[in-house]
Amino acid sequence: MGSTDTFVKFEKVDKSYDGETLVVKDLNVDIPQGEFLTMLGPSGSGKTTTLMMLAGFETPTGGEIYLDGEAINKIPPYKRGIGMVFQNYALFPHMTVNENLAFPLEVRKLIKTDIQEKVKKALDMVELGAFGNRMPLQLSGGQQQRVALARALVFEPRLVLMDEPLGALDKKLREQMQYEIKHIHENLGITVVYVTHDQSEALTMSNRIAVFNDGKIQQISSPDILYEKPENAFVANFIGENNQLKGKVKSISGKNCIVTTDKGDEITSLKINVNSVGDSSTVSLRPERVEINSADSNFENTFNAKVKELIYLGDHIRTRVEVCGNDQFIVKVPNSYKGANLKEGASVKLSWKASDSRALDLG
Amino acid sequence: MNETTTGSILTTEGVPLKVSLQKAEKRNKIRAILLVAPLLVFILVTFLIPIGDMLLRSVDDSYINTVFPKTFKEYKKWDRQDLPSEELYKTMFFEVKDSEGYAIGKASTRMNYAKSGWKSLLKKSKRKFKKIEEGPYKEQMIAIDKKWADMEYWKALGVMVDATTAGYYLNAVDLKYNVDKEIVRQKENRRIYNHTWIKTFKVSVLVMIFCLMLGYPISYLLSTLPLKYSNLLMICVLLPFWTSLLVRTVAWMVMLQQKGVFNNLLVMANVIADENRFKLMYNETATIIVMTQILLPFMVLPLYSVMKTISPNYMRAALNLGASPLHAFWKVYMPNSVPGISAGCMLVFILAIGYYITPELVGGKDGQMVGNWIAYHLKTTLNWGLSAALGAILLGVLTVLYWVYNKLVGIENIKLG
Ligand SMILES: Nc1ncnc2c1ncn2[C@@H]1O[C@H](COP(=O)(O)OP(=O)(O)OP(=O)(O)O)[C@@H](O)[C@H]1O
Ligand SMILES: [Mg+2]
Repeated sequence: MGSTDTFVKFEKVDKSYDGETLVVKDLNVDIPQGEFLTMLGPSGSGKTTTLMMLAGFETPTGGEIYLDGEAINKIPPYKRGIGMVFQNYALFPHMTVNENLAFPLEVRKLIKTDIQEKVKKALDMVELGAFGNRMPLQLSGGQQQRVALARALVFEPRLVLMDEPLGALDKKLREQMQYEIKHIHENLGITVVYVTHDQSEALTMSNRIAVFNDGKIQQISSPDILYEKPENAFVANFIGENNQLKGKVKSISGKNCIVTTDKGDEITSLKINVNSVGDSSTVSLRPERVEINSADSNFENTFNAKVKELIYLGDHIRTRVEVCGNDQFIVKVPNSYKGANLKEGASVKLSWKASDSRALDLG
Repeated sequence: MNETTTGSILTTEGVPLKVSLQKAEKRNKIRAILLVAPLLVFILVTFLIPIGDMLLRSVDDSYINTVFPKTFKEYKKWDRQDLPSEELYKTMFFEVKDSEGYAIGKASTRMNYAKSGWKSLLKKSKRKFKKIEEGPYKEQMIAIDKKWADMEYWKALGVMVDATTAGYYLNAVDLKYNVDKEIVRQKENRRIYNHTWIKTFKVSVLVMIFCLMLGYPISYLLSTLPLKYSNLLMICVLLPFWTSLLVRTVAWMVMLQQKGVFNNLLVMANVIADENRFKLMYNETATIIVMTQILLPFMVLPLYSVMKTISPNYMRAALNLGASPLHAFWKVYMPNSVPGISAGCMLVFILAIGYYITPELVGGKDGQMVGNWIAYHLKTTLNWGLSAALGAILLGVLTVLYWVYNKLVGIENIKLG
């Protein structure tokens, strides 16, 4: 293995359960030491499967996984030393919180006093010091969650996996736990692989996000890049809100290209995921990057549009317009004097920069 | 009114809340009672009353008092030192002479339990007493049979004077009253029950253990396999339920005989010599083998239904935390399956301890259990008192075991599904 930096490496990993369909296809990921990597994707996209292969509960059908430079395909789960937080916590119901936490230490044959000390430290870390003698079922969901977290960390693994650990919590508790997990990650310097459905969770917590779809990673990059510069139509659609205009590539010049919609409007865009003239393409554009009735003339794209619907959202007005043949086009207008003057049915002028519109695959 | 006693709250209509609540609940109660009534009556008639009757029978000794009321009254005056007075002989004489032959027969059976010889004595006397017209009776009775001059016979009557007796229970554990109503051990060659009790427990415990050993892995497999396979396997487990008990038992007889399928195969495969065939039928081994097979589903079903609820993530979590598969199983999976183990073991043990038909058919002489003796006394010797005592002891033992179990494990830990 080359780079010392790479802690976990997936190399051409495939997985099939039934021998007919691949649920993970040609997965290649490098995870550096200390990173918080989130796997985000729709249900059934192979996130849990990937995590299970890393933890050792599923064997890859092809390819190899490396942990700290060592191929681990043949190493059983109990020798991998990876901490894991399960979706439904999987706390042992017949043991107290203390016993749950002591379990990984006892199997490692630590001496009693050390065990007690470590258990206490781990419980204090998740602020449950007073709950050591309770049974798991006597705790609230959030408390159980924190015990599960403490148990996954108490034996000081260098890698911790979490499969939708906050899925069962209400919004407020979830946000609080997100913060706590992030905090613990930074303090301990461990590597975390985190699975979630929830894109805002992914965006707030991660160093990098891997967007999964259909067993493949669609894009893997930092949250801001993922949002600002999606590389294909799926990612653009999946992360945040997104306007789509479909058309064909008319010409390509340098890093820009021109896409013609069915109605004949010509949109100047960044050439991202199209190869040649004549390709079908989806132009993707964030709602907040569109200006209404701008006096500025610096925009490469300016089109006439019709206001279809106004939704008042306090700080901004969500405006649905029809432009370039798409009547689901959303513009976020700040609730200033300009927004207050909009009326349904009015004709307006929309403009945006070529650098904000991205010509992607058809999706 | 506002100045009612403190604490009683009124409804808006001024009725005390408690009264109106009771009224509302009364209808619910009546409904509940009506719903369970048919079952309650059924259980009462077919179960509780017979059990009560059985318990009474196991201590009942009143019949003989109805046959010889005057004799027993007179008997109480006797000093038990010398032969009884003419008065006692006389009442005995008339009560024997005037009673129905049937009543004397039944009473003499009971008297024979206290001292053997009574039955033949009474039978003979009943016949000969007809010729005796007038007293004194003592000498004439002794002339008919010398046993009338034997103190032992007279003393033995004392055991039966009370309307209740612990005699059947003593009998059931190889003890008895001697003629002086002292508790003594049965004669060597009549001690059969203690041996049977021990065997019954041994067989039940062994069957329970074998069922657990065979049933646990199967249940584990059932609970972890994908549905389409587990359904098939479940059918295999339940198949025995769908064939008649008798058919299955007879099938085992064919299998296990000395000239049966199993032994033949072993001989054919040259594993054993022809003259060394295993004795697997008509003994304790046969009882254990066949009962294990028959009771296995009662172990598998509760185990399966409990294991089904154990999330596979527990094992995964344990492995992930560094426990070897064996350690994870022992410390995490097993403790979570305890409710199923308890329920299965209880069920199998309770069924096994009272088992009757299988030991009867395949057990031979050596494989008989308490249930077989109960049936034997019920049907062959007609000693219902002893049957009842054996049954009552069985009931008592199970109650005690249940209580101990509850103390040790807690009854709430039993889960059937
Ligand atoms: N044990 C299994 N046997 C057969 N197929 C499986 C098994 N586990 C998962 N799959 C299939 O593999 C695919 C990926 O499943 P996986 O659990 O990895 O999805 P996921 O991304 O974690 O989804 P979710 O967000 O709903 O948890 C799914 O189509 C699923 O049906
Ligand atoms: Mg999942």
